[in-house]
Amino acid sequence: MTTTSPAPAAVIAPPPPRRTRVRARSEWKGLAFVAPFLVVFLLVFIAPVAYSVHLSLFREQLVGGNAFVGLANFVELFGDAQFWEGFARVVLFLLIQVPIMLGLALVAALAIDSARLHASGFFRIVIFLPYAVPAVVAVLMWGFIYGDDFGLAANVNDWLGSEVITPFARNWILVSIGNIVTWEFVGYNMLIFYSALRTIPTDLYEAAELDGAGPMRVVTGIKLPALRGAIVIATIFSIIGSFQLFNEPNILRTLAPNIITTFFTPNMYAYNLSFSGQQYNYSATVAIVMGVITAVIAYVVQLRGSRKEER
Amino acid sequence: MTIARTAARRTLAVAATAALAVGALAACSTGADATGGGSPDDLDAALEAGGELTYWSWTPSAEAQVAAFEEAYPNVDVELVNAGTNTEEYTKLQNAIKAGSGAPDVVQIEYYAMPQFALADALVDLGEYGLDELEDQYSASTWGSVNVDGKLVGLPQDSGPMALFYNKTVFDQYGIAVPTTWDEYVDAARRLHAADPTKYITSDTGDAGFATSMIWQAGGRPFEIDGTDVTVSFQDEGTEKWTGVWNQLVEEDLLSTTPGWSDEWFKGLADGSIASLPIGAWMPGVLESSVADAAGDWRVAPLPTYDGTAVTAEHGGGGQSVVKQSENPALAAAFLRWLNSDPASIDVFLESGGFPSTTADLEDPEFVGLESEYFGGQKINEVLTQASKDVASGWSYLPYQVYANSIFGDTVGQSYANKADLNEGLADWQSQLVEYGNEQGFTVGE
Repeated sequence: MTTTSPAPAAVIAPPPPRRTRVRARSEWKGLAFVAPFLVVFLLVFIAPVAYSVHLSLFREQLVGGNAFVGLANFVELFGDAQFWEGFARVVLFLLIQVPIMLGLALVAALAIDSARLHASGFFRIVIFLPYAVPAVVAVLMWGFIYGDDFGLAANVNDWLGSEVITPFARNWILVSIGNIVTWEFVGYNMLIFYSALRTIPTDLYEAAELDGAGPMRVVTGIKLPALRGAIVIATIFSIIGSFQLFNEPNILRTLAPNIITTFFTPNMYAYNLSFSGQQYNYSATVAIVMGVITAVIAYVVQLRGSRKEER
Repeated sequence: MTIARTAARRTLAVAATAALAVGALAACSTGADATGGGSPDDLDAALEAGGELTYWSWTPSAEAQVAAFEEAYPNVDVELVNAGTNTEEYTKLQNAIKAGSGAPDVVQIEYYAMPQFALADALVDLGEYGLDELEDQYSASTWGSVNVDGKLVGLPQDSGPMALFYNKTVFDQYGIAVPTTWDEYVDAARRLHAADPTKYITSDTGDAGFATSMIWQAGGRPFEIDGTDVTVSFQDEGTEKWTGVWNQLVEEDLLSTTPGWSDEWFKGLADGSIASLPIGAWMPGVLESSVADAAGDWRVAPLPTYDGTAVTAEHGGGGQSVVKQSENPALAAAFLRWLNSDPASIDVFLESGGFPSTTADLEDPEFVGLESEYFGGQKINEVLTQASKDVASGWSYLPYQVYANSIFGDTVGQSYANKADLNEGLADWQSQLVEYGNEQGFTVGE
């Protein structure tokens, strides 16, 4: 806060002690402006995190009450096969689904921005529309499509005469979920890319045209470099989204109860630990570890992204 | 660069929000306040004085019952809240108990979940208000379910002695006789599926409530509880009798994999592709309301047995309890007494298709002799009330059964998914239940 408040007295006669007093007062004024934010920040941001950390250091039992256990919950977590199975699953999901989704979004954004597409406004809306559908509704809808007894999958199987499409089978469930997530978020990421493309000054295109660059050269030479920041952001959002995977598997669980376990993703694991198992302390530990891992990975991606930008 | 910096800050914000979510749900813990003792006179006095109550229930009869109660006792104002069905409600109740406030005065709890809330010392001992004198009014198995560790923690409402519901049209079409033993049942499953591969004898994708009831019927007693000493063992003869039969259905792919209570399940019950259901006696109401198209197709028979001796088990069903957080436990207990023992209330309950736990109704000739139109004029209650007399005794649920059921799919469900030996899944379930119990301070043996 370097803004100085008008202090006419100080301008007229600036004796040193008085000036410091004025500065001190203006600092207090600054604090007053920041205070509302600070209070809310402490209350809804710092306090819950601190409380979760506090929780993770204790263990409350159904019989025997609450006891301080130090880092025992963390030690247990690092040897917890169920947690790591869920973690490995979201990492696999991240590595495959995110590139596909961002690739599709990028192509869509470039196509809409190319000015060669008829009714680009229509396509923009249609591709974005799934994002406006509440996730729960979207998953239920896909659940009906996937249904292999009475759903669309069943109809296709009937028509083909064999069980080709089995979205709820163990080998396909992650693909099925990836398909839903891609459908939901391609439009959102496309919009991030598209708005970044719209900020490119048109004189760059004119210069490129004068230099004889074709449309593909414009894409690789101007558009993609300009999109780098947006791609980094979209990647970070997608990493966070993948690590927080919850809605889709949790709702599909009623349709594939044995395939989607209670520890299918780390978030589902944390949820079930606290709400079915009353293991609030251990659940807080899961949340903290996932939060730290997410933050570290997102930070590494951001560092890599910005290093390229400097180069 | 500014974009990147904002992104980093957002990343942190989101990471912290994840932690926040957990922090918020683990509200501070306080023990439930112990309430003072009371007496039957207190209940009448409380009804006279009146007051306000909150009642959580998802039963279809709750609304009409509350209306009838308020008409009879205009001084009392009961707010009915549907806080979700079973586990959804238990989660909310558990959170309210942990938070120390926000729980209702009276709450619906299924029998299998009562020990868990009783253990948390969240439920009022109704014996303090003399409600233990009502024992004679209820069937022995339901009364046993609401008594936990010598305390009366609830009053029974409905009951679910198991019977075999079968689609007579389908059975007749394929010339299948109604099975009386489980061997005949497996045989019927094979013949039906061979005759029409789209049809299955029943659907089962692994359901903890069903499995435990089947083990109960077979004579297995996997859970033994003595205070905080618990034994979990699926290696007994009874359990193996059940897996011996059910393994054949699982391994030979004779079970429909449509999950219970899904839309597809109801369609399967209507179109005959799911031809029978070994299930609790509360099923007629569900069939009538949700599978109306199949009116006239279904019939009820006694549950098949292993050796011809009539025996069955309770499946589902539950009652209501008074929560210790209640500011007016006497009034809450008085409402509960009316709800589950007053004829005016039970009439409403029966009209909505419920199956009672009260012996007067189970023996009432009018109830027993009722010809059900949906079941083609069959006197279904003759079969079902007999079943309630044939329930095997000595069963108990774990003091953490809600959690146990939640991980059934992770363990036994894997046997179903792989069409493999159920005993392996049960062994896995057992080891996780032992581990959880010991972590939670119980002394769990196998």
